[in-house]
Amino acid sequence: MDIDLSTTTVRTANATLRALPPGATARLTNPAGRHNLAVGLTEEITVEIDGTAGYYVGGLSKNATVLVHGTTGWGAGENLMSGLIRVDGDASQSLAASAHGGTIVVRGDASLRAGISLKGATVLVAGNVGDHCGFMAQAGTILVGGDAGRGLGDSLYEAVIYVAGRIKDLGADARVEELAESDVELVARLAKQHGFDHIDPENVTRVASARQLYHWGTP
Amino acid sequence: MSFDEIRERARLGRYPIRGGGARRAVPTFDDLTFLTASASRYPLEGYREHCATRTVLGAANARDPVVLEIPITIAGMSFGALSAPAKEALGRAASEVGTATTTGDGGMTPEERMSSKTLVYQCLPSRYGFNPDDLRAADAIEVVLGQGAKPGGGGMLMGQKLGPRVAAMRTLPEGIDQRSACRHPDWTGPDDLRIKIEELREATDWRVPVFVKIGATRVYHDVRLAATAGADVVVVDGMQGGTGATQDVFIEHTGIPTLAAVRLAADALADFPDVALIVSGGIRSGADVAKALALGADAVSIGMAALVALGCNDTVHDFGPASYADLGTTAGNCVACHTGGCPVGIATQSPGLQARLDPVRGAERVANYLRAITMETTMLARACGKADVHHLEPEDLVALTVEAAAMARVPLAGTEWIPGR
Ligand SMILES: Cc1cc2nc3c(=O)[nH]c(=O)nc-3n(C[C@H](O)[C@H](O)[C@H](O)COP(=O)(O)O)c2cc1C
Ligand code: SF4
Repeated sequence: MDIDLSTTTVRTANATLRALPPGATARLTNPAGRHNLAVGLTEEITVEIDGTAGYYVGGLSKNATVLVHGTTGWGAGENLMSGLIRVDGDASQSLAASAHGGTIVVRGDASLRAGISLKGATVLVAGNVGDHCGFMAQAGTILVGGDAGRGLGDSLYEAVIYVAGRIKDLGADARVEELAESDVELVARLAKQHGFDHIDPENVTRVASARQLYHWGTP
Repeated sequence: MSFDEIRERARLGRYPIRGGGARRAVPTFDDLTFLTASASRYPLEGYREHCATRTVLGAANARDPVVLEIPITIAGMSFGALSAPAKEALGRAASEVGTATTTGDGGMTPEERMSSKTLVYQCLPSRYGFNPDDLRAADAIEVVLGQGAKPGGGGMLMGQKLGPRVAAMRTLPEGIDQRSACRHPDWTGPDDLRIKIEELREATDWRVPVFVKIGATRVYHDVRLAATAGADVVVVDGMQGGTGATQDVFIEHTGIPTLAAVRLAADALADFPDVALIVSGGIRSGADVAKALALGADAVSIGMAALVALGCNDTVHDFGPASYADLGTTAGNCVACHTGGCPVGIATQSPGLQARLDPVRGAERVANYLRAITMETTMLARACGKADVHHLEPEDLVALTVEAAAMARVPLAGTEWIPGR
């Protein structure tokens, strides 16, 4: 099914998507940066977006696959519970914010605060990420194929960040840790799965919480 | 600051943390009095003439607006700060009197969903436990920008209270001292907030109203921005507002009194007739409720008072071990919610302490309290000649102090004088 966003409102488009049965596919054309596309999906459907999506594409969804053939605005895949969001171009700020599960893949670069307050999802960025990637990330995995900006992993909880390129600097309570075999296996599997051939799993930097901020107040 | 407070800081090497609200004296609703009916106004009979209390919130945008039988809701208090039986009791009490209760920083528990007829689901900066299934199970959504006890600050929950269930719901390691973000992860300014609110509406099929809660600081501008961003209801929490755990310096030295905030918020919404106003922070009596409504609120919200009705600071039982004394305090003076050692089973995650709170009997006390202050509210409204509590107006009030007159912008008693006018 094709839904032309130049003649259909986002509200109608989303209502149509939410009514689709499991297994269905839909294509959104002429998105022109509209916000809140494919939000709140619950079924195992596939949605392709032909062009640029605005804020929160695929946000608050579960089970669905959302493929964006373009770039996205803020919070792509925010609070995702399961399923897949894939962005062919670049993603703007707060990619995958607070996402609990599923996978968010960006084939280009991601801007500031990618994976902020992540709660269990897997976030893969083929290119570079901006400052404060993984800020307060609580659980889950972030894999960066390029370089990371300032304050990487600031105030990290239990999420783990892997960076293939350079790291400008680490945020508060983040530290570089030695790669274990399980890390290499995980990175190799994720890179293979999503075609990130430029990543050498043996040569990524693992960043995790130093856990120095875990007990700051209890007497 | 007292010498004791200096010594406490000298011992801790950090800011003291506590629960409760501001304890310093600030102008309050007590500084106002009603000009009830006499020769120039006609009162309604208390025992047979009806005074409506029904309150409808969010009818403009939501398919299912929130319909309350009384204009008093239970404020957001997290499972984590409060025990599961306490949350359940608040839900039962609210349902019994036909009003709403609210989740908090940490998500929705099945107990509170089941016990609450109308449940408001908070979307906070931390997003702990926030998920689309619970979102769709909610009767309204409250995007929290801030709280009166700590406007500009994030939540905290000390390690003693991060038990296995709370930690799992928040996706945090057990027993850590939780520090939450003070900013939302995926939007920053009011233009983004508009898009965020639309997203929440989309995810819930535009079924339920969206509230925006702010701590009372630059009230006029913040309320206008929240309304412009599309809120159905703006919740303004004044500086006396309670908390489960916050730095003492935050509780005492930030924000403006609820009394001043109501009037500013009501003025800010003058151009937004579809946006409702809920006010909280230090509301205790029916007089407080009636005065807040008269100054422009559509409803009020209560936190600490509901906990006190539930048994907080109660002296009835002799608990033996784990009592107020162990927390270095006495019944009537306790603000030790942050310690997790709550002797009455309300602000704790300890199974032993929780067992001290019977949610059914606790709910009866809270429901009775809500009924009592609703009666007080309607009694005052009737005496002002109003057949609906929402007909109360600033004209019904005068101030007993110059400060209150200036803040509430009603005349000083016995004069026509409103300072600054
Ligand atoms: C124990 C406790 C926990 C609270 N937790 C939250 C919370 O999770 N989210 C929130 O927005 N406000 C929270 N608050 C603030 C209340 O929602 C409300 O704004 C405040 O209690 C109103 O003031 P009052 O206590 O004087 O009635 C909490 C308050 C208390 C007492
Ligand atoms: S009695 Fe319990 S709920 Fe009340 S202030 Fe003390 S610790 Fe908090």
